[in-house]
This record gives sequence, structure tokens and C-alpha cells, in this order.
Amino acid sequence: MNFVALKMLMGDKLKYIALVAGISFAALLITQQASIFNGFALQIGAWIRDTAVADLWVMDDQVEFENDFKPMSDTALQRVRGIDGVKWAVPMYKNYLRVRLPDGTMVLSRVVGLDDATLAGGPPEITSGQLSDLRADRAVFINEAQAKDTLRLKRGESRPLRVGDRISINDNDAIVAGTYRASREFFWDPVIYTTYSRAVAWAPKMRRVLMYVLVKVQDGADIQAVQQRIREKTGLAVLTNREFDKQSTRELLSRTGILINFGITIILGFVIGLLVAGQTFYTFVLDNLKLFGTLKAMGASNGTVMRMMCIQVVLVGLIGYGIGLGAASLTGMSFHKAGLAFHMDWQIPVVGGIAVLACCLVAGVLGMVRVVRLEPAIVFKS
Amino acid sequence: MHATNDNLAVYCRGVTKTYGSNGNRVTALRGIDLEVSAGELMMLVGPSGCGKTTLISVLAGILDHDEGECRVFGMNFQAMRSRERTKRRGETIGFVFQSFNLLPTLTTAENVAVPMLINGVSRSKALVKANELLDQVGLGDRDKSLPSELSGGQQQRVAIARSLVHDPKLIVCDEPTSALDHETGHRVMEMLKDVALKQDRALIIVTHDARIFSFADRIAKMDDGRIVKFMEGEDELSDLKSAAMLTGAHAQGAGS
Repeated sequence: MNFVALKMLMGDKLKYIALVAGISFAALLITQQASIFNGFALQIGAWIRDTAVADLWVMDDQVEFENDFKPMSDTALQRVRGIDGVKWAVPMYKNYLRVRLPDGTMVLSRVVGLDDATLAGGPPEITSGQLSDLRADRAVFINEAQAKDTLRLKRGESRPLRVGDRISINDNDAIVAGTYRASREFFWDPVIYTTYSRAVAWAPKMRRVLMYVLVKVQDGADIQAVQQRIREKTGLAVLTNREFDKQSTRELLSRTGILINFGITIILGFVIGLLVAGQTFYTFVLDNLKLFGTLKAMGASNGTVMRMMCIQVVLVGLIGYGIGLGAASLTGMSFHKAGLAFHMDWQIPVVGGIAVLACCLVAGVLGMVRVVRLEPAIVFKS
Repeated sequence: MHATNDNLAVYCRGVTKTYGSNGNRVTALRGIDLEVSAGELMMLVGPSGCGKTTLISVLAGILDHDEGECRVFGMNFQAMRSRERTKRRGETIGFVFQSFNLLPTLTTAENVAVPMLINGVSRSKALVKANELLDQVGLGDRDKSLPSELSGGQQQRVAIARSLVHDPKLIVCDEPTSALDHETGHRVMEMLKDVALKQDRALIIVTHDARIFSFADRIAKMDDGRIVKFMEGEDELSDLKSAAMLTGAHAQGAGS
């Protein structure tokens, strides 16, 4: 009877298209919005993951996310270095500084100061020059994507900022010595790398300037044990890369309302799918009630009729889901270059598929109940 | 023709059926006694609301009666569990409806094959048998047509083929000619009697259409939930036909 079910469904083209369109739209909303949400979530911790050369991040215990700059006392570095299990510990500066481009444009940028000796925690991929070039006088490295965008010269000659250009950071002369490539971040302000001592010298004078201490744990040492020791002995926050990433993500998602906004859209997608599919499928059942009654009169059991209806809802669910998922993927690919935060992990199609299937089955249940309760004697009613 | 115990297709004694409850009770059948033998074409006639449709629903096992006994080829549908009753009904009963009830998105051959598919026969075998039946009803060349591409008479012939495809023992027809013009209705009845009626099969037809009374072996005249008279033989049927024509009873009417 499966082919009868399929022909009944597809023969009513208008309702079939309405059902598939409703499910497609719901699937598109659910998977696309979930992927964009996931993209944002991944962007938030991108700098932390790119900087993951060490095992632990030490920071002021009031720091809530990666751009929440709350400096510590400089003595923290030495205290951390003295703790058992620490292989090496290096300072890192990061804060917003005012950058003036050659054309006079002012751009608030995040300046990262790397340990002068090791340059540990630098950008993940150097695309022009070498990281050691940072040791040159007044040298800075800029992000090659941001050089064409937020650091682009706009007054007079319009061009990307490039190696050799002179810029001013907090009224201190700096020279672009190289470029790097990094993962796209949630925050749009440019990230400029230089050495720790130079960054501190350029920063406004403050008693405390040390933002992070990057800690590498000795080979074979238990990271959690070292983490606990540093926490106990310094009173500072000590997080693994993953913990810092998750804390930043959680904090920003809740502060910006992204979680609620995307959550609402995803739920809305589910509700729209449920309503459209439910209403259309129920109408389809009502229109075909006499035919279902005829099948029951001719000996089709409730189980057979329910299986037919399950095939119908699952089929429209699969087709609708496929179209919706395809459209969502297409959106992601089409707007990738435009910077759309879109990242579809395998969990999204799986969870989206389950949600859409649940949506279809819930929608189908109303019709199924109606048909199961249907007295076959209806066939003789005119 | 009178039924004997050996070839009894339908046996009903004291069958009653009431719809609704308390103040809204409507008694549709008030103690029906009916016997139909195999090989017989029995018609149920009577005014609208007299209980004809309720009676064939009970006979076909798609409606429970309240009291009395009802057997079809010895089977008591009401005593069966729901699953078995549905299965037996699918094997034993063939249906022909007033408005044909063909699935509009299935071809004629597929429509005819449906009862076999319900009974678990493979699609290919069912379609072969369906095409044989379509040949018998003169629609062998329309097996790929959709119901909407056929005339009313052709659709009813498809419905008749569908009612026969699984070789049922009892065929119940509800107003099979009321949606058809006189000539088409006559042809459909000729074909129904020719193709469907066999020594081991009975036909029960509910009808208002006096023009087809002459096809019946016997006619049970119903009124107010009772069978008030059985008629058989040329003379009695002719009298009934004349009376019905005079009172306009051949007009299409709603089933009860």
C-alpha cells in the first residue's frame, strides 16, 4: 500500500507543494539560524584558539571574556613562574589603543604585545615577513583581511594598509613589518601585534599593565593540578584554552542577546513548520477522509492506514528538510565571502532533521487520530 | 428463490440498531430477519431513512448492530476481534458505492488492484488481476486512465471491477446507478449481474432506482427499520416497479 500512500500524497499537487514548502521553510530557518548562531559562537573564541600555544591562561579573576581587559600586577608573572609544574610562563599585553593610519583615519584597535624573548602567542599564520621581524624597531604586524577592510586607507588614495606603511599608535610611530592571517573574530576591531615591551610603552601609563600570563605546563605534569596550584598561590583566574573559550562565548552570547534572538528564531522556525505542516496535512486528511474510510471498509487495518500516513508525513518531511537544508547551505556558501558567520557542524543537520521529523510526526498525529477514529460506515454516507 | 441452509450467504435474525443516546435515540433497524442465498441478487428498497444503508453496513461488517444475530457465509463479524474482522471483511466483501469512491490519483488499474493490495498481494500480481477485471468490464484499454478521465458509467464499471478483483463472496452495492443516466445505469446493472453473480456469491443492492428492479431475484421492501415485504417473480416485481415509478421513487435519494 506504500505506493498508494505516495500517489495519494503527490497527486494532490497543491497541498503537496504547500506541505513541502512549509517544511522546507521551517528546515531553512532552523538549520540556517542554528548555523549562523554556531558561526557567531565560534567567532567569539577564535582569537583564543588561534593563540593556543600554551596550556593555561592566567588573568585577573574579574575577567569575564577575552576582550574584557582587566590588568594584573606585573609581579604575577614571576609568581606564576615560581610554581611547581610550570615549564614556562610569558607575559601578554592586550588592550584597545588608538591607531592613526597614514591618511589620518583613526581606528580603535586591539594591540597585542608578545613576550619580547619568545614572541609566544603570536598570530597563527604569517603571510608576509617573519614573526621575528617584530623585533625590528617600531615593528607591528597587521591582519591581511583587516588591512583591506577596517585598516583600509580611505582618504585620498583608497588602498589597503600594507607592509612598510607608517602608522601611529597612541601617538607613537610604528611601521607595518608584516601581515598575518587569522580566524575571523566576533569583534571587528583590528588586532595589531607587536612586542610586549613596546605595547606597554605605547599604552597609557598605568600601574598595572599585564593582561595575561601564558603558561606551558611541564611535560608529564597534570594540567589541572598545576592550574589549581596557580589559582591557590596567586588568587588569579587560571583557565585552559577550552575553558577560556567557553567562558568568553557563554558570556558574550548572553550579554549580546544573541542566544535569545537566535533561540527565538529557531523556535519560530519549528512552530511555523508545525503549524503549516499540521494545518496542511490535516486539511489533506479531511479532504481524503472518505477515501481513507473506503480503504478501511475494504479491509485496510488502522495499522495499514497509519503506516500510509506515516510514509506521507515522513516523505514530505525528508523532501522539505532536504530542500531547506540545501537552501541553508547555499546561503552559507553564497554569503561566505561577505563575512556571514555561518558554520554548519554535523550536529546541526542531525538535530535539525530530528526537529523537522518531530514537527512532521506531531503534525501527522492529528490526522492519524482522525482517521483511526473514523468509522468505515462513513463510506455509505452521501 | 429461497435460501436453504446449504447455500446461505446472509442470515439475519432480529437485528436491531439504534443511533445516538438518551433523548437523541434514532432506531434504524427494528428486528430485521433476512436470508440471502448464494447466487442470489437481492435488492433492498424503500424510502429514505428506512434503514437500507444501515442494514448493508451491518451485513458488510462495518457497523455493529445492537441485538440479534447476523452471519455472512457463516461468519459472525461482530463476534470477531477488530483485527480479524477487518481482515475477513477485506477478503469476503466487495463494495460498490453511489459516488464510486475511486482514488483520484490512482489509475483505473491501480484503483481496481487496491483490495488485493490490502489483502497483501504483491503489486505486480494485483495489477495483472486488475487488468483482467478491467477487460471483463470492457475497460481493458483504459487501464492507465485516471478516474477523472472517465465518464460516470465508466467509473462505476471500474468500481465494480474493484469490488470483484479479490473474488469476494458478498458484494454490497449502495445506489450503484443513482449517479448514472438510465441507459448507462441499465448497462452497468447488466454487466454487474453478468460479471459478478456466481453460484457461490451473493449480491445485495440498495437502491431507489425502480428502473433496475427487474434485475433482482428478490426485493426486500423496507420501511421504518423493518422489512415489510419480500417480492419475487415477474408479476410482483413488475407491480413494485410500476408503483415506484408512479410515486417517483426512482429519484436519487439519500441513504438512511
